[in-house]
Amino acid sequence: MMEIGLNHYLVLSTILFAIGLVGVMRRKNLLMLFFATEILLNSVNISFAAISHYYGDLTGQMFAFFVIAIAASEVAVGLGLLIVWHKKHNNIDLDSMSTMRG
Amino acid sequence: MFEAVAFYLFAFLTISMFYVAVTTSQALYALSSLAAGMIFISAFFFILGADFLGAVQIVVYSGAVMALYAFGMMFFDTTRDVKEKQGNKAIILGLSVISALLIVVIVAAPIVGSNIEALYPVTEGAGNTQEVGMILFTKYLVPFEVAAVMLLVAMIAGIVLAGKKMDLSLTLMNEQEILRMREEDKNKKVLS
Repeated sequence: MMEIGLNHYLVLSTILFAIGLVGVMRRKNLLMLFFATEILLNSVNISFAAISHYYGDLTGQMFAFFVIAIAASEVAVGLGLLIVWHKKHNNIDLDSMSTMRG
Repeated sequence: MFEAVAFYLFAFLTISMFYVAVTTSQALYALSSLAAGMIFISAFFFILGADFLGAVQIVVYSGAVMALYAFGMMFFDTTRDVKEKQGNKAIILGLSVISALLIVVIVAAPIVGSNIEALYPVTEGAGNTQEVGMILFTKYLVPFEVAAVMLLVAMIAGIVLAGKKMDLSLTLMNEQEILRMREEDKNKKVLS
């Protein structure tokens, strides 16, 4: 109980990942959907750092860095697309994107 | 002892913050609780000895990403409540918990089964930042450069997508020019 092992971190990462998945499934607003995606990426980062620490290997931390870089670029492109969509249709709900007619 | 107390405290804080971020109907609450959760997550990195990763987490996530979201929210109508999907909540919750457990089992099974050895073991007598530098600029140099190019592409894409008509400044134009511009916009919308 008092000794924190790798499994503690993996379980915590699972819980956070589940929260993020719930968010992805029940959110309708696209901005809120992006927030849930950030939670998913962060929970994976925790488990990468934990595995890197408990196996004495730095590869996990490297992967966490690249995940952070990918998350940053995803936010930049995604927000640009969202702003364009909001200018055009005046809302950012998922329902308005159910058809692919421009 | 100290590690256990810190772990449980920050685990509780992170989970509750992210729960608020997922369930609240106010966009501003979601944004601020998400930023708080990001900062609490960096505490895990500091506990695990990944100091540089923790610093990067604070700078990139709660600095850059949250600022970007805050700017993005100025474009949207954030005062009204966020609508939710109407579905069976029990099914959604069960599905997500099961899928997350499955992912952990799939990933953990080979690790538990075999003894893995460190590919790039931790160097003795070097700080975390120094080790990260040594690994990142030797073994991971090509992915590092590719990530730099990807960030550049994302930056240009963001500018091109969001920056339309940002060369015009409403404060520098006089009234007639603004009115004429609005008329042209109306005509364009009617035509399209």
